[in-house]
Formats: sequence, structure tokens, C-alpha cells
Amino acid sequence: MLGTPTRLLAAATMVAGLLAATTLHAQEPKRGGILKIYQRDSPASASIHEEATYSTNVPFMAVFNNLVIYKQDVPQNSLDSIVPELATSWAWSPDNLRLTFKLREGVKWHDGKPFTSKDVKCTFDLLMDKATDKFRKNPRQTWYQNVADVTTNGDFEATFRVNRPQPSLLALLASGYTPIYPCHVSARDMRVHPIGTGPFKFVEFKQNESIKLVRNPNYWKPGRPYLDGLEFPIITNRSTAMLAFIAGKIDMTFPTEVTAPILKDIRAQAPKAICSFGPTNVSTNLIVNREMPPFDNADIRRAMALTLDRQAFIDILSEGKSDIGGSMLPQPAGVWGMPPDMIKTMVGYDPDVQKNRAEARAIMERLGYGPNKRLKMKVSTRNIPSYRDPAVILIDQLKEIYIDAELDVVETSTWFAKVARKDYSVGLNLTGNAVDDPDQTFYENYACKSERNYTQYCNPELEKLFDKQSAETNLEARKKLVWEIDRKLQDDVARPIILHIQAGVCWQPDVHGFTPMVNSSYNGYRFEDLWLDR
Amino acid sequence: MGAYLVRRFGLMLLTLFGISVIIFVLLRVVPGNIVDILFDSAGMVNPAEKVKIEKELGLDLPIPQQYAAWIGGLVHGDLGYSYVSEKPAIAEIAPRIPVTAKLAAMALAFSVLIGVPFGVISAVRQNSAADYVLRVLSLSGLSLPSFWLGLLMLMGFVAWFGDMPIYTEPPATLWDELLLYAAPAAAVGFRSSALVMRLTRSSMLEVLRQDYIRTARSKGASASSVNYHHALRNAMLPVVTVIGLEAAFLIGGLIVTETVFNIPGVARFLVEAIRTRDYPIVQNLVMFIAVVVVVVNFIVDMLYAVLDPRIRYSG
Repeated sequence: MLGTPTRLLAAATMVAGLLAATTLHAQEPKRGGILKIYQRDSPASASIHEEATYSTNVPFMAVFNNLVIYKQDVPQNSLDSIVPELATSWAWSPDNLRLTFKLREGVKWHDGKPFTSKDVKCTFDLLMDKATDKFRKNPRQTWYQNVADVTTNGDFEATFRVNRPQPSLLALLASGYTPIYPCHVSARDMRVHPIGTGPFKFVEFKQNESIKLVRNPNYWKPGRPYLDGLEFPIITNRSTAMLAFIAGKIDMTFPTEVTAPILKDIRAQAPKAICSFGPTNVSTNLIVNREMPPFDNADIRRAMALTLDRQAFIDILSEGKSDIGGSMLPQPAGVWGMPPDMIKTMVGYDPDVQKNRAEARAIMERLGYGPNKRLKMKVSTRNIPSYRDPAVILIDQLKEIYIDAELDVVETSTWFAKVARKDYSVGLNLTGNAVDDPDQTFYENYACKSERNYTQYCNPELEKLFDKQSAETNLEARKKLVWEIDRKLQDDVARPIILHIQAGVCWQPDVHGFTPMVNSSYNGYRFEDLWLDR
Repeated sequence: MGAYLVRRFGLMLLTLFGISVIIFVLLRVVPGNIVDILFDSAGMVNPAEKVKIEKELGLDLPIPQQYAAWIGGLVHGDLGYSYVSEKPAIAEIAPRIPVTAKLAAMALAFSVLIGVPFGVISAVRQNSAADYVLRVLSLSGLSLPSFWLGLLMLMGFVAWFGDMPIYTEPPATLWDELLLYAAPAAAVGFRSSALVMRLTRSSMLEVLRQDYIRTARSKGASASSVNYHHALRNAMLPVVTVIGLEAAFLIGGLIVTETVFNIPGVARFLVEAIRTRDYPIVQNLVMFIAVVVVVVNFIVDMLYAVLDPRIRYSG
């Protein structure tokens, strides 16, 4: 079975970490203390809606509330783990075209103004670009393309009207990426001084220095949060950050920053630290510019997909601790991943790599390439080790099919601009999925008009299937549709997924109440249940 | 002297003008602009929104007009707004200057306090065991990159003391501040001290062979009087020049050391601002550094006259 030992090891590590964390839940939580988590970089802004990185979610998610949220002590996000937050309940209309939320009364924004249904409408009008005020960037507008409008009924009821049934709308609303913003604060002010209803209030954000939050004494949830505050010292050098954790100067590492080799170091030097290592729902993938010759030829793209030796990537990059799958996160951490036997039947996924490569070479020879006429090209990628390292392995594997590639390292901050300009032929990219749900993955990464569809793969027939699976209310029937779509995406070499990254997070033994999530790196940072045993 | 000062002041202004033009143009020539970079954290680029933001930031104006707006603001004390944090540039830059200034001062003090005495010892005890040890030490100082030395120091601190001097919150007392900056100052100052030590040694050796030193000895002056009163003062001229230059070069060493020790100073901030093409921050910070370098050079020139009364400046 593909990657079974890896999965078992990951599951064991995860369970061990979580057990250590959860057994202590039995203790009575203590109030007080400041939790310090190192922040890996200086986020571009404090506005979660305008960014597409968990460098913003981790420090700022605790400032806000959503209508609904993934239960923070359940590691796997799914429709079953969604609980009300600013909503007290929700109900679909009989025709599944209206989703109505009853809202919590008596909730106040951090500046003392009352929260009402108008704030819900304002937030989604901004996201759907219907408001007078505008976001500077709106990376998740596609999430709400099926929402016709949001209406209010009095101060404490809001209704989402959808164009067709979409049971997963709730999954999107439960993400850490979907906080409710106040009507009375401009989008610009939310970037520099966010106002929320959440368990912690914003104090300050000093670029490249620190982010500080303080306990919200008027939080609507009785007894929460336990901590007096949260501090995020920004430590950009990972070696320094890990040493600081080992020395006990910080309480928790930044989520997913602990790689397999670093985990060994921490285990050796800070044996009492609690670590959880597992899937992140971030994939390493190949992007091919479908408009640039000779890559406009589907056969070349297929040959490139056939030469991939995924297990070699996993062994070299993560000491065997990553997963093979399609566009959806593989099981068991992923809810929608294909069964392992099905994965093996997709183009380039057959474990017999030599057989795949023989087929790839035959394709290349048919196209006129061979040992004496090799295809020259560049593999572009960002200048970050997690991008650069797999790109080097890719270049090595491409040699097997008469392709001599050169590494084109792109300054990290200009990477997406280059990709958007289509100023590349082949690229090595990382994609994080905030929500383990096909609606997010398919519409964001593979829909014809999505700005984040980097390869501009466009298949109108498949897009109809996107809508079909999205409207399907029967879970098992929907899964089958999702697998069919995923298979087609891989067979079409839309954006070949090389591996699904596993990574870890560690915390000191006196930190309690933190549950790392196994199928998203974006949703588990409300921090209201965390407490320190000091 | 007066005419010299006027001419020197004029040259300083000309230098600063040249630097301002170069940095302004270079920033706009390098690939990638602030708007692309702003969109990077959103993982997409929306052409319509991009145009809107460029207009909002005044980046659609001709470059000479943008330059005039910047210099005009600078003259009136308005440094503009950081494109990234959307806060006034002065509010972003000002708190970081004292941090780097203290660190640089400590590093420079370290390099002088270690470099000069050891250089003298090495010279007056030429080819002794102490000289060999100090020469090896100075060679290693020149060979070890400060970021690597910094990381080694941090690992040593954690392994031996279970703690490490990195910045996670502002130091509460002067003592805390000294403790925090001592290790990074040593990491940066070690290279400079090696340079100062080697230069002091060779300069001292040259002076010690001069006729007037032999005369002083023959007149019965003590060894310490000859070494420190007669020789060192004359040997210091090239050393002072190098110390002045090192003060300017320290900023380079501080960039990596501030990153390794996580110190929120201007050096690290400048690199981050260059990465994000935060033009107002980069332009104003580079101008500030340029002013410091120009002024330090001026002070060094003036020090020559103090150290050697034979030097006189004229227009």
C-alpha cells in the first residue's frame, strides 16, 4: 500500500503528541500568563481577509470570531466538527438555497460597539466586492461566487442566498480565513489595527519585531480565554527560533516549522517538549505554462508527469514522512482523499517508476527528442528551501526523459507576480489548502477564471462536475464525484501533485489545551482554550 | 581651515545628493515592485487592483516627479508612509535607530578595546609566543563570518547555560540591555578587532624602527613611555582611518547579526524593506546611513589633526 509505513508513523507520532496534550486536559485549567509563540516572518498586514498565508492567521485569528468554526479540540476538520460561534444556530431552507444564521446577542466589538447582523452583511459584501469600501487584495473572492447575497432580518439574523445548493458553504465559513469584520472600521484600518469580537484584543504589531495581543475581559464566552495575553516575537532565522524554543525562551514553535530533522534535534535537546508531527494540507506541485511551446503539447506534460518518482522526493526531503495523493489531502488525515488503490492507477502514480519512465521516454522520442537531442529548459521556483530543494530533485528526474533543466531561482517576493505574468515555462510551487473541502481546492486552484489557477488549466466540462459535486448533499456520492474529478485533474496534468508535506509543531510541557489540526494549517488558532500550568 | 570646512561641507552635500539619486533610481530599476510584492502574500495578482494601488501610492507618476516629491518631503521632515505597514516612515525608522546605534557602538568599542592593546602587545613582543597566539587569533577573526560565529555562540549559550541572549522583548534595565547586546557586539566586533589588531601591530612595528624611537631609548626613556607615548600616538593614524571605515562597514555585519540574535535594529529592517521594495523606508534609511558615514569620515579627518599636529587643513 502506498506510503503506509509513513502514514502509520505519522499517525503514531500525532497520537503520541495529542495524547500527551489531551491527558492533561483532565487537569483544572489555570488562569493567567502570557503565551509566547515565535512568528516566522513579519506578516504583510493584520487583515486576514486580505492575505493568503497562515503567517497572518496564526497571530490574528484570536482577535476575531466567525459565524461558525471548526471545533478547536478536534484534530480533523469536517462538516461534523463545525460548531456555532457568533451564530447560535443555523438552518438550510427546504430547497437548500437559503442558509439562515441566528446570531448571538450581547456580543461587543473590542472598541465597545455592539455586534449585529449588519456586520455579517458588511463582511460578505466586502468579500463579494459589493461594498463601497474595498479590500486592497481579495484572494478568496472565488469562495463566494455561488453566494447571490447576504440579507439581514433584524439585528440578530442573517441569511445567505445561494444560486445552487452548496452544503460546503458552511465549511468555508468555519475556516480561520472567514472572520467577521466590523462595519464601522475601514478595510485600511483593519490592516493596521484590527478590531474583532474574539478572545484577545490587538495591542501592537511592530514590523519585524513582535505582535502582541491581550485578553479581552468582555469576551462573550464565559471563563475564556484563560491566558492574559499572547506574544509573537518575530524570529525570521529558523535556527535561532528553534534554539530559543530549546532554551525555553518561547512556549511554542510556529506551526509547521518543525521539519523531520529539526524534530530530531528538539527531541534530543528538549526531551520534555511535546511535539506533534503530521499532515499540513500543503502540497508540493509542478506548474507547467500551458501556453509556452513546447509545453503547449499535452504529450510533453504527460511525459513530465510520468517521470516523477514521488517516493524519492519524500525520502530525500522529509526522511520518508510525507504523503502521496491527488489534489485532495490523502486519507486518513484527509476527508476527501482517494483510496490508496485508486491513487496508484493515475498517470505517473504507478509505483513502478521505471515502467512510467519508459513510457515517458517513448513519448519524448515520438516528439523527436532523445539522448542526442535533449530538451533544454528552466525550472523556476522561489528562493526558499522548501521550494528550491524539490526543484533540484525535479531537475534530476527530468534528465531521465531527455530534459536538461536549469534551476531559475526567483526572489521570493516576486514569485507570484512572475507566475501571474506567465514568465516561466516550468515551475515548482507549494499550495496550501485552508479548508479540506473540494469546493475550496477545485474552485480556487483549477477553475477557469480563478486568479490562483496558476497554470490556467481550463476544462469547462470538468467545471460542470465541480458544480455537481458542490451541490451534492449525499456525502458518499459526493466523494465518488470528487475522486473522479481528482483523477481527471491528475491525468490532465493540470498541476501534478508531487507530495503532501508533513511538518510539526512543538510546545513546552506546561502549555495545555492546544490541538494541532491534521487537515489544515489555517484553522486552529483561536487560542481561547489554551492555559499555562505555571 | 574655514575655507577647507566650507569646501568639505559642500562636498558632503554633493555626495549625499549623488547617493539619493543612485538609491532612488536603483530601487526602481530592480525587478519587482511594491505592488507585486503586496500581492505576493495573497498568492495572486489582480491587474485592475494593481493599477489602483500603484496610483494610490503615486507610483504611476514620472520618476523625476516622484524624486522631487521625496526630496521635498525630506527637506520638510516628512519621510512619507511605509507602503507595507501603512504607518509614517519616521515612526518605523526612529525607534530602531537607537538599537542599532548602541549595538554598533558596543561592537566598535569591543574592536578598539581588544584590537589596539593586543596589536601593541603583538608588536612590542614580536615573534614571541604571545605574538603568535594573537596573530592566529586575529587571522581567525578575519576568517570567521560573523553570522556563523553568532550562531555558534548561541548554540554554546544554550548548551552550557540553558539560555541565550536573543531579543524577544525590550530589555527592562540598562544591565539587561548590556547583557543582550554583549554577545552580538562581540560577534560583529571580533572581525573588526582582528583588523585593528593587525594594523596596529604592523603600524607599531614600522614606527618602532624609526630613528626618533631609537633616540628616545638612548636618552633613557622607559619602555612603556617609548611604546605608548612616542610610538603608539604616531602609529594610530592609519588605525584611526580603519576604525572610521569600519564604523561604516559595521552596518553590513550588523544585518546578519541582528537577524541571528533577532535584534530589531535598522540593519535587519533595511534588508526586509529592500525585500518588500518598501521605497520610503529604504530611501530614508539609506540616506540616514549615508549621512552617518559622511559625518564619521569628516570626524576622522579632523582627528588626524588632533593626533598629528603637523597636519593642517587649508582651502
